[in-house]
Amino acid sequence: MTGLSTQPGPVPQAEPGVEPLLRVERLSKHFKIGNALSRKTLHAVDDASFSVGERQIVAVAGESGSGKTTVARVLARIYKPTSGEVYFQGKPLSAIRSRRDRLRYSGDVPMVFQDPFSSINPVFRVSHGIMRGLKLHRPELDKEQRYAEAVRVFDAVGLNPGADVLQRYPHELSGGQRQRVGFAQALALRPKLVLADEPVSMLDVSIRIGLLNVMAKLRDDEGVSILYITHDLASARYVTDRLIIMYAGHIVEAGPAEDVLSRPRHPYTELLLAAAPDPRAPLNVSADADLGEPPRVIDPTPGCRFRWRCPLAIDVCHTVTPPLRELLPDHSAACHVAQADTPTGAFR
Amino acid sequence: MTHTLADDSQGVAGSVPPQGPLLEVRDLSVEYVLERGVIIAVDHVSLDLGAGEFLAIVGESGCGKSTLLFAVAQLLYPPAAITSGSVTFRGRNLVGLTETDLAAIRWKDMSVVMQSAMNALNPVLSVGAQFRDAMRAHGVTSKEQIAQRSEEVLRMVGIDTVHLKSYPHQLSGGMRQRAMIAMAMLFTPDLIIMDEPTSALDVVAQRSLMAQIKDLQRQFGFAVIFVTHDMSLVSHFSDRLMVMYAGQVSEVGRTRQVFDAPKHPYTVGLMDAFPSIRGPRTPLVGIPGSPPDLARPMEGCRFAPRCPKVFARCKTEPPPLYLVDGVDVRCFLYEDGGPR
Repeated sequence: MTGLSTQPGPVPQAEPGVEPLLRVERLSKHFKIGNALSRKTLHAVDDASFSVGERQIVAVAGESGSGKTTVARVLARIYKPTSGEVYFQGKPLSAIRSRRDRLRYSGDVPMVFQDPFSSINPVFRVSHGIMRGLKLHRPELDKEQRYAEAVRVFDAVGLNPGADVLQRYPHELSGGQRQRVGFAQALALRPKLVLADEPVSMLDVSIRIGLLNVMAKLRDDEGVSILYITHDLASARYVTDRLIIMYAGHIVEAGPAEDVLSRPRHPYTELLLAAAPDPRAPLNVSADADLGEPPRVIDPTPGCRFRWRCPLAIDVCHTVTPPLRELLPDHSAACHVAQADTPTGAFR
Repeated sequence: MTHTLADDSQGVAGSVPPQGPLLEVRDLSVEYVLERGVIIAVDHVSLDLGAGEFLAIVGESGCGKSTLLFAVAQLLYPPAAITSGSVTFRGRNLVGLTETDLAAIRWKDMSVVMQSAMNALNPVLSVGAQFRDAMRAHGVTSKEQIAQRSEEVLRMVGIDTVHLKSYPHQLSGGMRQRAMIAMAMLFTPDLIIMDEPTSALDVVAQRSLMAQIKDLQRQFGFAVIFVTHDMSLVSHFSDRLMVMYAGQVSEVGRTRQVFDAPKHPYTVGLMDAFPSIRGPRTPLVGIPGSPPDLARPMEGCRFAPRCPKVFARCKTEPPPLYLVDGVDVRCFLYEDGGPR
């Protein structure tokens, strides 16, 4: 496979003065739950800040309930943030008003969904969805150009021959091929940033790698940035430049992927690493004690949200929410202990 | 469908467990009769399982691993049916037994933990009530005995006994799976069959559940058949590993041996499909193509269209299982004991 590189791109630094492609500033998203008698607030995302550069794959990893999908949905404008702001190419999302702006944004930042079996209309040929997208978002193309573009993007994601696959119905395609159709539909809009919400988790292991390679190829050949939402650290490591670890709505660690995984500073990142099954490495028994119970984010009190599971928790963790702070160059963690100390080694 | 020599004469020689089999599956075939044709989901599979052994069955979706499991537990319902072979559990052939006979065995000697505990547990009964039902069905009627045993098994899996009064929706995903395992342990059966019990869980919960299953197994000595699509999950937990592809066994042997020296090109491909979380970052290719449609009978090896080592014979003749270094492998490359 030529043109593929799993090597990290140029080290993505948020250079001062240079506006990144996407910048998320102190984003929070809360949901009201319960009835009139028991009004509660679920804090899905709290105070999250990060950015995505040009030609960059950024992974947001965490377990279910960590808020990673909520982040993607806010970026896709499915949810309105409770507070905070998202800047795309320097412009705030809250300023999007007109239909033209909305269309332009959804063409620039399309989403690829988790389930390739329910995200494509089964009664139409696969050309249907992609041609509609092209007609809507790229009105400058005539019918023949649209078709040529559809063939081009199908070939680009490895659906060869594109012209042939376009005429098939979804049920004639395998799960891996359908997910490629999802990426092709996004690519046809000439996106700047693709939001990929667990795009490979429903696929069999033998075809996952193929999709991850497609993502790397889109970055390298088409210059697309990708926000890759996943719970699988190994796949994140394989394809991403930057890694953001979320826990219970907070970003707990962020930095260059290789750096975060080789020198984790937050105990939660260490726990995730220790629990990841790896046939090539000996068993890490220290991860067995943790039951993996999900955290409480309904009406949370201040303090670190990982403290109940953390082997290192100290008094201050119960009262003060640790801020995300840079501990190594371009590598930050939200942990009182790590900020006071050098590597934690909690799960090693 | 012709079945192979190795299935008949050699049985599963390469994988005879040390203590003599608790479960003997011979030449088992399961077919689904559908409008578009007959699908042979399990094709002449043989396996032996010793007392206290942990056997993992891995494969992609549609390879027949769950169907095999359901056939062993006699839980198939139309359009699926066993068309040949036997399942001998503790010396008794389960194929063809009546529901009444099977009911006496289920829970007591053999229990099943399903993929989705949310769907396997009754949503309108508390956990305790479901434990009670299972015990009453097997003749335990004393209230004290039921209460005592329920609390005991719940403690074994690390759940607070207050949750006997909880309903399934009040438990987290991990706790539900633990409750299912507790229920499976009510009568300390000889065999627990598990169908992807961890696939709905997060990585940390998954890991802790695996460790717990292994722990309980050591303590109580039951045998486990564990079906999963995630090979890396069982790498440290199972004694033997069986890799299935398109309804057939493609490789079976001791887990460590299969991981350290995979023989079948499909197993090699699966191993190379996992990005590593440690060690060097190397480009991987996965396995190109997709599994065959089992409704269309194939000549030759079923993996041939995706196989990087395919040669002329693979396309015309189905390979039998060859025994090489204690591992059974279904590939012509091993006809004379090793790759040519």
